[in-house]
Amino acid sequence: MATRPDRGRVEIGTDECKGCLLCTAVCPVHVLVRTKTLNKQGYFPVEYTGSGCTGCGFCFYACPEPGAITVFRLEKSA
Amino acid sequence: MSSAPVYKPFLQRADSFYDTFQRKSGNKEVTHYCPGCGHGELHKMMAEAIDDLDIRDRTVLISPVGCSVFAYYYFDVGNVQAAHGRAPAVGTGVQRSRPHSIVISYQGDGDLAAIGLNEILQAANRGEKMVVFFVNNAIYGMTGGQMAPTTLPGMRTTTTPLGRDPRLAGNPMRMCELVAQLEAPIFVARGSLASPKEMKRTRKLVRKAMEMQVEGKGFCFVEVLSACPTGWGMTPVDAQQWIEDKLTPHFPLEIFVDKTDQERLEYVTPESPPREKLHEVLGIEADTKTMPAANPDPAHANPRIKVAGFGGQGVLLLGLGLAQCGMMEGRKVAWLPSYGPEMRGGTAHCHVNISEDEIGSPLVSRPTVLVAMNQPSMEKFEGELVPGALLLLNDSMVPGQPSRDDVDVVRVRATEMAEDLGNVRAANMVMLGAFAGYTGALNLETCLASLDTLIKRTALIDLNRKAITAGFEAGRKARG
Ligand SMILES: Cc1ncc(C[n+]2csc(CCOP(=O)(O)OP(=O)(O)O)c2C)c(N)n1
Ligand code: SF4
Ligand code: SF4
Ligand code: SF4
Repeated sequence: MATRPDRGRVEIGTDECKGCLLCTAVCPVHVLVRTKTLNKQGYFPVEYTGSGCTGCGFCFYACPEPGAITVFRLEKSA
Repeated sequence: MSSAPVYKPFLQRADSFYDTFQRKSGNKEVTHYCPGCGHGELHKMMAEAIDDLDIRDRTVLISPVGCSVFAYYYFDVGNVQAAHGRAPAVGTGVQRSRPHSIVISYQGDGDLAAIGLNEILQAANRGEKMVVFFVNNAIYGMTGGQMAPTTLPGMRTTTTPLGRDPRLAGNPMRMCELVAQLEAPIFVARGSLASPKEMKRTRKLVRKAMEMQVEGKGFCFVEVLSACPTGWGMTPVDAQQWIEDKLTPHFPLEIFVDKTDQERLEYVTPESPPREKLHEVLGIEADTKTMPAANPDPAHANPRIKVAGFGGQGVLLLGLGLAQCGMMEGRKVAWLPSYGPEMRGGTAHCHVNISEDEIGSPLVSRPTVLVAMNQPSMEKFEGELVPGALLLLNDSMVPGQPSRDDVDVVRVRATEMAEDLGNVRAANMVMLGAFAGYTGALNLETCLASLDTLIKRTALIDLNRKAITAGFEAGRKARG
């Protein structure tokens, strides 16, 4: 049985993340988690677990950094 | 078999941000803000609106003093960084000189509600065409967490270590409410960055205020309750919650003014009388009477003159007379009175330039001529004279000697001569004549003709003519 693809996907710019965790706090489906490896700036950045994103965009607006988060949405297939 | 799902970017870095931030130090990919700082969140909302409205080319962002002082490193728009609290005044200048621009004044609560309180209220009251984004984080962030006008009662800051006591430091100032009671503002609203729901609402407020700028409608004020995790000593996540639990009850999230149907604000240029009528409005003659130019001794071709005396000695009028004569003889002139507490007694003085060339500064700080009507004036200003300058003294009121020995001292008994002519107040005109007679910088005929402009009461003109003539003779005699 084919599972339905996720409606969204996020990319986190690891070195642009300041580890504030605002994105994880607002994500309704809890798919953003803190990593245990320090980034270039000296913060523990957040990463996407890889599945379950709904593409709601909450994390994008909660994140204070201009380019740390990009949210993608699934193209409606024809 | 179904094809692989395709994902398209939905929310991404706004074009209105520079690709890299050319800050002097630090990572060029990220802002300088602390983790979880509300400034960044609001920046993104603004950048998104600028992108969507396609106004990057005509947006001018005025950055404040405060943590957001470096906003100009981030926004790829026109940028000016203003002195503390002065962003609305700078924005006024930008808007008035470039009416097509979209002006954003971005300010914190220390900047806007403390040092800049006057500027913001005046700009709001004038209804300047600009949008103000007011970041209320209830504290001075940049300087290390001091009390702001918006600090909550009981809130601990470095300057209120026991908590803000309203009996000593007042209650938090509600800026939206203050601005909203003025006539001119067309949109006044408060939003918050506490939660996805509030962020969505705040994004709409930002968008609406920006749209009203595009439509050229007038003054918009959007206050945003924003986290300062560093200043509040909290984690970013706790700080979000604190906005909701503590800040919001004090600062209601409302739209206070919304004049959406406001007509486009046409730019009002002050009504000026036609050029031909200007002299009537100003009460001056239509044309300066022209007189043949004198042929002065080269030392006095371009005099920089300081005239000083007691208030009431007609010092300012004497300066004005010198300038008037210079103008009538076709030279460039400047007259700058120094109004001070001296207007009521004490010493008064003015600066006069008469020059063949354009005059840079009207200020005379190194005079080539000092006309001193009394002793204190001589003492006060002789030190400024250039070597070889003319020190023209009213001998009647300067009993003492000057301390300078490298200047040309000429004494004229101006007050006594004026008294002999019937009125001590004509002493200033004696000195005007004496200056002309001694230096040859002005013709006697010019000085006499200038009286028609200088003296309003025709009855006094004859006396003043005599005073000028007597002074001129005295000056010429002194020259030898
Ligand atoms: C004329 C002047 N006075 C004082 C200061 C010091 N100063 C710099 S930022 C600031 C307060 C900033 O607070 P706020 O406007 O709330 O902005 P935030 O840093 O919280 O974003 C002060 C008092 C200054 N730079 N210039
Ligand atoms: S877009 Fe929504 S669901 Fe996806 S990671 Fe961000 S907050 Fe979570
Ligand atoms: S909100 Fe942005 S900066 Fe903060 S942890 Fe998430 S991605 Fe990193
Ligand atoms: S001190 Fe506060 S306002 Fe300033 S950058 Fe840090 S969190 Fe933001």
